[in-house]
Amino acid sequence: MQAFLDTFDIYLLEAVVNGILLGGVLALLALGLNLIFGVIDVTWICYAELVMIGMYGMYYMVQVFGLPYWVAAPFAVLLVAALGAALHYIVIAPLLTAPPINQLLATGGVLFILQSFATVAFGIDFRNLGIRLPVLAIGEMHFSYSRLLAFAAALIGMLAIYFFMKRTYTGTAIRAVAQDRQIMSLMGVDTKRIYLITSALGGALAGLAACLLVLQYDVHPFVGLSFGPITFLICVLGGLGNFVGGFIAAFVFAQIISLGGLYSDLEWGYVLAFAFFIVMMFIRPAGLLARRS
Amino acid sequence: MNSRYAAWGVGLAALIALPFVYREPYHLHILVLILIWSFAYTAWSIMGRFGLVSLGHGGFMGVGAYVTALLWNHLDVSPWIGIPISMVAAGVLALVVAYPCFRFRITGHYFVLVTLALSGIVLQVITATRDYTGGSLGYTPDRARSGSGLLALQFDDKTTWYLIALFVWVVGLLIWRWVDRSMSRYAMEAISEDEDAAAAAGVNVTAEKLKITLISALMTALAGALYCQYQMFISPDTVSGIAVSLQMVFAVIVGGLYVSLGPTVGAVITIMLAEVLRIGFGTKAVGWDNLVYGVLLVIFIIFLPKGILGSVLDRLKTQPKKT
Repeated sequence: MQAFLDTFDIYLLEAVVNGILLGGVLALLALGLNLIFGVIDVTWICYAELVMIGMYGMYYMVQVFGLPYWVAAPFAVLLVAALGAALHYIVIAPLLTAPPINQLLATGGVLFILQSFATVAFGIDFRNLGIRLPVLAIGEMHFSYSRLLAFAAALIGMLAIYFFMKRTYTGTAIRAVAQDRQIMSLMGVDTKRIYLITSALGGALAGLAACLLVLQYDVHPFVGLSFGPITFLICVLGGLGNFVGGFIAAFVFAQIISLGGLYSDLEWGYVLAFAFFIVMMFIRPAGLLARRS
Repeated sequence: MNSRYAAWGVGLAALIALPFVYREPYHLHILVLILIWSFAYTAWSIMGRFGLVSLGHGGFMGVGAYVTALLWNHLDVSPWIGIPISMVAAGVLALVVAYPCFRFRITGHYFVLVTLALSGIVLQVITATRDYTGGSLGYTPDRARSGSGLLALQFDDKTTWYLIALFVWVVGLLIWRWVDRSMSRYAMEAISEDEDAAAAAGVNVTAEKLKITLISALMTALAGALYCQYQMFISPDTVSGIAVSLQMVFAVIVGGLYVSLGPTVGAVITIMLAEVLRIGFGTKAVGWDNLVYGVLLVIFIIFLPKGILGSVLDRLKTQPKKT
């Protein structure tokens, strides 16, 4: 967190670049949520809490069991993917025909469960991996490698999802279900299976985000609250279910937070981002890229 | 019908008489908390029952609590004036956010997430202005000089607070009932079914929704201010933010969204649960109460979406009436 704050104090350009780097991870989170929303039509309010569990997974594998970071990361991704599938199977599947608000509130319940589970199981201490990556200096600007790595990995993750969706049979089926869920089950696509796969994918993206965020933030049970709300706002700003919109909105938000943090406290960056969001809702209620009807 | 009014009358009389007969401070304290939170939950349910699920109520509550406390500490404004000001502030905030939402037909998921942003903003503003509000460490209204407790709305004895909270709770129930009996209810039910059809039938969709939202926000701000005056300590986590908003949703869903005493039942269950766990497990209980809340919330939404009281009343109604 300190490194996170320190990097803001020097130059505007540095803040802009850092904003772009932050945007990468936010875009990854937004992609996961958008995928779930676009295909299953459910908002996982507890999405950031899945990330938190992934971060704890990383912490335990690296710090307690002594696995190297590169070995632990795929396990963390798998763990959160399994969690995502379980969340769908246990909570969402029985509610698929219920009013959308009920699904949203049920995942709110899961948010409570995951947060308090972490409190009970891991305690409320702040924990970190104890890995300090070096800082890259270009001229007088400083960027931490952990953020560069996060940005690069987030981009690779997003590309992987893109190719999966475009090139594989399952990916095509997922996109088809997102367009029309009734017809696709008539066409012989097992929508239940597609939902489960999509949930696991959404979970895997959360897991990847967890591996990247754990390098920059300390883990504690409420860490989800520090980036969860902003992820929802990004998705809504981009238009729920709109992948490209979410991608752009992530970078817009990251810039506002980064630049707001440069001129004042980090909280004011968040306040600015929230206020910007509400103003944008008045101007473009259906998202940045929505066509005017 | 008469027997029903009689039951209410007897129940109310018993509740008023209670503190004069029974003076155990700890139990009265729990009752005051239950009444104040019941009032807040009732406020939420006035909106929530029409499908206007707001996660911004933590924000309204925070505004109510912090504006009252800040006016008292920094400007020496008595809570008697400060509370109405804070309610107006929360009302204005509600209108500023809600009007465009309703005007531009932001409903369902979108409405939930916009209101979520609202409670996020309030939480962050409170934390960011830590020079005035104490930030995340919390904030305490200054103690009144002796003898001016009434002016400062600070009372040491629980009985006074119990009666105040009881009065406000009853007013909350009356407002709920008033909305339930008014034309607004039919308008809002039509809107929650189908906005276009409601508009075509001559319902002013935006105005009706705004009215309900405003009532709900004003009540929530009052609840926040009362909580602040009673507890004499507020922190961003206890009166604002997403956790508080979710807590309201949870309690109302468990108690029953569509019946007048549902939120009260929800408050009784949640607060008793938290207290029992706290006493039973001591410091080990940290986190357990929320774990139980979360599991219950999921189970209720899947199996009992009408809540405990709602389901019980339904069962009573469907039983064939004898005589």
